[in-house]
Amino acid sequence: MRQLSRRDALALGVSGAALTFIGSDERASAAAKEAADSIAQFTGGKTAEKGKVSIELPEIAENGNTVPLSVSVDAPMGADNYVSEVIIVADGNPNPGIATFHFSPLSGKAEASTRIRLAATQNIIAVAKTSKGEFFTNQKLVKVTIGGCGG
Amino acid sequence: MAEKPRLKLPTEAKKGEVIEIKTLLPHVMETGLRKDKDGKPIPRKIINKFVCEFNGKPVFTANLEPAVAANPYMQFRAKVEESGTFKFTWTDDDGTVTTADEKITVS
Repeated sequence: MRQLSRRDALALGVSGAALTFIGSDERASAAAKEAADSIAQFTGGKTAEKGKVSIELPEIAENGNTVPLSVSVDAPMGADNYVSEVIIVADGNPNPGIATFHFSPLSGKAEASTRIRLAATQNIIAVAKTSKGEFFTNQKLVKVTIGGCGG
Repeated sequence: MAEKPRLKLPTEAKKGEVIEIKTLLPHVMETGLRKDKDGKPIPRKIINKFVCEFNGKPVFTANLEPAVAANPYMQFRAKVEESGTFKFTWTDDDGTVTTADEKITVS
């Protein structure tokens, strides 16, 4: 039997990776639907306007077990008009929900950071709700090198 | 359980200042998706709720899902108008409640 050259081994690896990619793509679309569903539930069917929300995430997360995430909403935090809730969902995790932040006028600023788990490369979507019932959204793609969901 | 939470916030602030608060509670945040060596699923055990109050009024609340990493870290802001006490509460899936509080002097 011919020994596998380095080039062959590389080619095998690439086609293998491509195959897994197709497999994960199907799963990803199911997760994306779940994510969209949970957003629709949050907004009550209203369309969230894009903008005002900013998401800070590393472009490439080497370890999906702990990925720093920051969300802030550029909106006033007055007593009668403030950002009351922000939901964070992922479209490629086993479950779409990540966290829901509830703010109050005492928050001063609608901004929070935490560390999250990501199973694969995916979009993180944040939707903010103001006390007046307006919705704002934004999303960010994060590439994950090693997924963080055990298994 | 009964791990001690870590808190980081100023002890003094000016009236109307928006301060930064950082908290961390050592906790496994078991997702419920992992399996043990025998292939049995490991039951979910996470901190599902974090609450921060100031003088009894809500400042910031977070509902957490298993997608929050182990040792849940939270960083957020608070606007202080008077001296008082921040109270932090973490609620575990099993009902365990961990609390901590910190005083702040506002001038």
